[in-house]
Order: sequence, then structure tokens, then C-alpha cells
Amino acid sequence: MSAPAPAPSERHAPTRPLVEAVNVTKSFGHNQVLRGIDLTVDPGEVVCLLGASGSGKTTFLRCINQLESIDGGRIWVDGELMGYRERDGRLHRLKDAEVAAQRREIGMVFQRFNLFPHKTVLENICEAPVVVQRRPRGQVREEALRLLDQVGLEDKPHEYPASLSGGQQQRVAIARALAMQPKLMLFDEPTSALDPELVGDVLAVMRDLAEQGMTMVVVTHEMAFAREVADRVVFMDAGVVVEQGSPAEVLQSPREERTRSFLSRVTKEHAPAVEHVPEQVRHRGAQR
Amino acid sequence: MTGDPTATPERGGPAQQERPGRIDAVPVRHPLRWLAVGAISVLVAMFVHLLVTNPAFNWPFVLEITFSAPVLRGLAVGTLFVTLLAMVVGIVMGVLLAVMRLSPNPVLSTVSFVFVWFFRAVPRLVLLTIMGTMGVVFRDGLALGVPFDQQIMGLLGLDGDWRFLTLDANQIFMGVTGGAIGLGLSEAAYMAEIARAGILSVDKGQTEAAEALGMDRGSTMRRIVLPQAMRVIVPPTGNEIISMVKDTSLLIGLPLTTELFFQLRTIGSRTFQIFPVLVSACLWYLAVCSLLMIGQYYLERYFNRGFGTRRAPVGQREEAPA
Ligand SMILES: Nc1ncnc2c1ncn2[C@@H]1O[C@H](COP(=O)(O)OP(=O)(O)OP(=O)(O)O)[C@@H](O)[C@H]1O
Ligand SMILES: [Mg+2]
Repeated sequence: MSAPAPAPSERHAPTRPLVEAVNVTKSFGHNQVLRGIDLTVDPGEVVCLLGASGSGKTTFLRCINQLESIDGGRIWVDGELMGYRERDGRLHRLKDAEVAAQRREIGMVFQRFNLFPHKTVLENICEAPVVVQRRPRGQVREEALRLLDQVGLEDKPHEYPASLSGGQQQRVAIARALAMQPKLMLFDEPTSALDPELVGDVLAVMRDLAEQGMTMVVVTHEMAFAREVADRVVFMDAGVVVEQGSPAEVLQSPREERTRSFLSRVTKEHAPAVEHVPEQVRHRGAQR
Repeated sequence: MTGDPTATPERGGPAQQERPGRIDAVPVRHPLRWLAVGAISVLVAMFVHLLVTNPAFNWPFVLEITFSAPVLRGLAVGTLFVTLLAMVVGIVMGVLLAVMRLSPNPVLSTVSFVFVWFFRAVPRLVLLTIMGTMGVVFRDGLALGVPFDQQIMGLLGLDGDWRFLTLDANQIFMGVTGGAIGLGLSEAAYMAEIARAGILSVDKGQTEAAEALGMDRGSTMRRIVLPQAMRVIVPPTGNEIISMVKDTSLLIGLPLTTELFFQLRTIGSRTFQIFPVLVSACLWYLAVCSLLMIGQYYLERYFNRGFGTRRAPVGQREEAPA
């Protein structure tokens, strides 16, 4: 990172959260989309964000990565204030280069993959580490091939994205984000643009990643995934966090009425997704 | 077709009959097409007859002047070389202007807008004629140095100037450089619009993906957006190059005389062979434009990579270490 980051122990408690969002607000014109979001994510934690369409999940994720600027509140990632520097009691906007440096620590996976269509799979993955981090090409390429192996696409390095299925493209996108060795991975509905039979492969890769201890914030409608992989489930509605807790608490005995009505709608819509879930999970889901 | 009802073809379910096999159908006839071919053949034959027998064409003379030294020099210098330089100026400046126009910086986008506004409005012949007069405007030459140096030194009571390099305006704004600058500036205005359309055609998700990876604006534009914009930019640029080849015949406004059409016309008025000279000009312009179209085909194929092609061409791959 560009700012001389003080050693973690100097400024914060050793177990400080990796992401800390406090009272985040954001409007598009007169439409206030985020109305004071508070959320912390600990290192190694997997947080699933649920919520109805238009509740601001995507917007919040994009704010963490500064693809949108926030109107109010603060977001810290790994102790560093995103987008601003505090000096003389005032906030100063960071320069573009400093913002870019902050983004390097955060990997993002989009609903529509957004692979670079004019570059092969390998070139997609190597692009940022070589151009942005200026790491040696040979080393990056080896790393990229290892990542391709990890996402189960070791035989595709020279394909162009257009010749891959959606599920394969999304796994390349995950590998591309991982190649930057991020501290945090953001997923915005990574499987909702996929045919049902391709969803499982992508979720399996994400599950592996969670098991390896990656910190992840995942916007998803895959209830089975949230139930099985998430450490914490956060339910958003109309730009605020309505309820959060362990998957068992939020998904099986929600306290809020809004959560309950959302869950009853979603579990009906997404019934087929349960097919991808191992037996014991399906069983547990059925008990509800 | 209504056939004989008794000769019912084998109809019925697969249980009754063998499953239908290879189709061996009678093709549709196109009698009008054959009529058209006949008519066109006659017209072509008449045209060829005209070409061969009409003395106005004077083919031996056409052949002689087409490959004569002044014509070849005009073709090489005034037509091809100026086209090349003008297009380099036009494309580089045009892309730059397009990026400026789309930049969030209001100063840059206004400058770009004004440039395009001006150079699109002025006809090329007028622009080239103006370029030819620049030697009068910059009588003292074009100098590189401190702006308003003589005024400042006058105020300070000093003598002399702060100029490091003075160029002769007549040399810059006349001849090949003048033509390249004039046509290049005009071209830049058109290329700016073409490049802008190309950049806007690239999905916004591409920029976001690049930014999310920590790439800065410059490399995002150069490495991600522009290569994809090229798919949209190249075909109209091919048109622009072909137009430019033809517009070099306006260089006479400068005036630049080592140019294909001027040389041919000079020969024509000297020998009173007006028509063969025009035939020769057409032949050269046809030849050059045909070559350019072939080049454009390969360029388009290159920038289409990843859009429909399944794998990287072998020569272009980064081979994986074994
Ligand atoms: N760039 C934008 N300009 C204007 N309004 C926007 C923009 N992006 C999002 N919005 C609005 O913000 C609101 C929240 O959008 P957001 O995409 O964050 O919802 P979401 O929770 O991700 O929904 P979904 O589940 O459909 O993806 C919507 O009303 C949307 O119209
Ligand atoms: Mg969304």
C-alpha cells in the first residue's frame, strides 16, 4: 500500500477486523441507496450478504472497493481508511494512484465475469500482477498455472474467454483476482448469471477458498452455500443491515419479519439449487 | 406442389416406414438471374470493346506515362508518403483527442471539442491553402523558447532574445511536412469521433474489472479499453485511409506538385492527351486502394481475436513452461 502502514500491533488490537464499515451512506441523485450500513468482517471470516433486489448489496460491495464513492460514514480495510486521508482534522481525498494501490489488496468477482475478451485465460490472469505489481513474468505465469489448477481449468490457459462456458469464465475471474494475492475477496452474485448445472463448480471453488482461510464477502442468492460455508449471514433491506448472525440463526430462526418474508420467497424461487448441496445439508434444510 | 393424388409419397409414422434419409431435392430455378447474366455480359463486352478499340484511350501512351519517372515520384512522395504521415498524425492525435474528450477533466474535454469543431468545419483544400500562406504569417520563423521573450526583455531593458531554435516557417508549412500537418490535423478531427465511438463501445465492466485489479486510468485505457475499441475503430479508419489517398490530390492547394494527379495533369496539358492521363490516374488509385483493402482485412482479423476465435494463434501464444 502507498501509505506507510504502521505495523498492525502499533495501532490496533491484534484481532482488529479486516473490514470495518461504519454508518456508510450513499445516494444516486435523490435515491438514497445505503442508509447507514455498519458491518465488520474479521480476518478469515466468510460473510454472506443477503437481501431483496435493490436493497443495495451491490452498491455496498462496490463502495468497499471504491468503484463507488461514499457520501457519509467510513470504511477501513486492514486498518486503512478507504479513499481518504485524515490530516489536520479534515479528510483529504486520495489521488487516483493511491486509490488504485488500495484496490490492489481487494479482489473482486463480478456477476458478469468481466474477463478481458481480447486476452487469453493466461493473459487475463497475468495482466495485473505483471503490469500493476511489476512481478517477473515467468514467476507470475507459474503462479497463474497453479491458480488455474486450483480452479480446475489447468487445460485451458490458451483459450479465449468467449470459448469458455459461463462457469469456466467465472472460475477464471476468480483466479484472476487471486493472482493479485488480495487480503479480501468480494463476490457479487458470482453464480446468478450461470446456468444451474454450472453453479456447483463455481461454488466448489469458493468453498475451497473459504477453507484456505480467505476473507470473503459474498452477495448471493444461493441459500445452501450461505448455510454451509458462511461464518456469518447478513441480511440487508432498503439500505440498512436488518439482521445478522450465524447461518443457523438468521436462516432458520430469523428474528425480523422482513428477513422471514424474504427467506420464504427466496427458498421457493431457488429450490433447484439445493441439488448441489451434500446430503446432510439438504436434510438440515428440510427440517426447517 | 400439387402432385397426382394417387402417387402419394411415403407418408406415415416411423413405425410403418423406414426413417427419412438423405435429401436429394430439385433446386429452385432462377430464370431471371440467367437473363441478368446475359444482359450484363453484353454490357461488359461492349465496354471491353470500347476500351480496346476507342483511340481516345491510347493504351501505349497510358502505359508509358503510368510508369514514367515524375508520375512514380509523385505517387511515392505526394500520394503515398503524405498519406502515411497524415494518417499517423491523424490517428495518434485523434485517439488522444478522443481520450481527452471523454476525460473527467473539463479543460481537456473542452480543448478537444474546440479542436474537432474547428478542423471538421474547414474544407481540406482551404486548410491546405491556408497552410501555404503560413510562411507569411510567421515571417520571422517559428521559434522555440520563452513566450513573449522580446516583450519581457524590452521591459527589462535587455537586448536579444530567449530562443533556442528557430525554424523556417516556409519549410515547415510547405511541401511534404505542410501537407502532412494540414491533412493530419483535419484527419485528427474525424479520427477523434471514430475513436470516441470505439471507446464508448467497450463495456463499462471492462474498465471496472481493470480498476478493481488496481490498474490506473492510463494502463486501463492502453491495455484493456483501446485494444477492444480497435474492433470498432479499424473498419471506419480503413475508409479514412482510402479517402486520404484520394484527398492527397488536394495538395496542389499548398501547393505541393510532386503528387500523382498533378504530375499526370501536367503531362496531359503538355501533350494534349487529356483522357489517357485520367485513365492512368484511375488505374493508380484503384491499385493503391485495392492493396489497402487487403491490409485492412488482416488488421480486422487481428483485432477480432477473442471474439469468435477459439484459441490464440500458435505464434502468438505464451507457451506454458513444461
Ligand atoms: N449507478 C447507479 N446510478 C443510479 N442508481 C443506481 C446505480 N447503481 C444502483 N442504483 C440504484 O441503487 C439501488 C440499489 O441497487 P443495487 O444494485 O445495490 O441493489 P442490489 O441489492 O445489488 O440488487 P440485486 O439483487 O438486484 O443485484 C437500486 O434502486 C438501483 O436502481
Ligand atoms: Mg446486485
